[in-house]
Amino acid sequence: MKIFLKIWRQKDAKSNGKLVDYEMDNVIPHMSFLEMMDTLNEKLVLSGEHPVEFDHDCREGICGQCGMMINGRAHGPLKNTTTCQLHMRSFKDGDTIYIEPFRAEGFPIKRDLKVDRSAFDRIIGAGGFVSVNTGQAPEANSIPVTHEIAESAFDSAACIGCGACVATCKNSSAALFTSAKISHLAKLPQGQQEARKRALTMVAQMDAEDFGHCSNTEACEVECPQGISVLNIARMNWEFLKGNVLK
Amino acid sequence: MKKETLSTLSRKYLMALTGLFLCFFLVIHLAGNFQLFLPEAQARESFNGYSKLLSGNIFIKAVSYILYASIIIHSIDALVITLFNRKKAGKYEYDKRGAVSKWYSRNMGILGTVILIFLVFHFKDFWYQYKFGSLPVDAAGNKDLYEIVIRAYGDLWYVLFYVLAMFALGYHLLHGFYSAARTIGVYHPRYVAFIRVFGTWYSYIITFGFAAIPLYIYFTHY
Repeated sequence: MKIFLKIWRQKDAKSNGKLVDYEMDNVIPHMSFLEMMDTLNEKLVLSGEHPVEFDHDCREGICGQCGMMINGRAHGPLKNTTTCQLHMRSFKDGDTIYIEPFRAEGFPIKRDLKVDRSAFDRIIGAGGFVSVNTGQAPEANSIPVTHEIAESAFDSAACIGCGACVATCKNSSAALFTSAKISHLAKLPQGQQEARKRALTMVAQMDAEDFGHCSNTEACEVECPQGISVLNIARMNWEFLKGNVLK
Repeated sequence: MKKETLSTLSRKYLMALTGLFLCFFLVIHLAGNFQLFLPEAQARESFNGYSKLLSGNIFIKAVSYILYASIIIHSIDALVITLFNRKKAGKYEYDKRGAVSKWYSRNMGILGTVILIFLVFHFKDFWYQYKFGSLPVDAAGNKDLYEIVIRAYGDLWYVLFYVLAMFALGYHLLHGFYSAARTIGVYHPRYVAFIRVFGTWYSYIITFGFAAIPLYIYFTHY
């Protein structure tokens, strides 16, 4: 396949970037999107150009490192899929593909398609943990947590922190990410002790990180590779309300 | 990173609570307006009597102040939220994010502005007229608001403007109702599913109920 690329190139955080045109011949439909990017970079390196920088790690859809805006959609045209799990068979011969970094005030661009998502780490650092040392993992059957609750908490915990929720949100809100962690811990007995305080401190940190308001458009749930439910946001709102009233 | 007085969540609570109060008000307003569908003589007596009853009641007066406050707070808060979001939002060269959400969810501000413009005319033509205008008096000695309503809907353009505004309101409610429930923290899937269905029916009934009134009057009286 022949593919035309328009890729955001930006030298560093301070410079202005722009879309640069590239052409790729012989793109194999079985290639993953990142393999196509690798092939492009190989070409660029051989011709003495600086390769297009982008984040990636496991390339099996579980680490949350990769993430680009592909043809105006977070992680590309498929729903609930990471960039690395997108394959070139989703495109046609002769297609033009726009590739941009995840954009948000809370995610400053470092270079090309690489963005600084450390805001997420600081949100987790503000309360996304259990303060006491719980020691070794105990015998699973001895923990009084029902199957339904365990499953539900795990669904919330499944967030891989890729940032697609922020990238696709028209307000660049980090509500889905923050709420997934608040909900995960609020559902389990280990986390419930600090649930109210956690909701307040994590929301405060989320606000301090330059993210916008959640306006419940639910776009985040569609793009989230883990399909994290927007109902986590409802639970965050509830925990935050409880925390404010009962503190 | 300056500290804001209200958190992003608190601002949304304010939106949700004022919005839900306005939703409640719309039900009462529509129920009262249904009197306009009665046969003319009966409608005139009933509607004017009802208007008199409401304007004289101290409890209703208190609620009306909450209503005015809700409209103002809902609008100002919306403006604050929108401007704040605009500053934080990422801007793309090529943007197809609209494919994964509803257009009315993304354009609540525009729909709200249409409603606000409508409200200016609505208040001017009925609320202001009733409170400060010189109205004819009906057989029972009440201010004849019914007559004012009938006269207003004689103009087709005015009727169309009302119907258009009601559709803007309908889409605003379609998003607003469930969004408000989400914001105040209704997270159980069973209640959420109920609210979705209830909110949709609510929006339909309010939209078509209010839109039917000017159309009914236009086609039966003119």
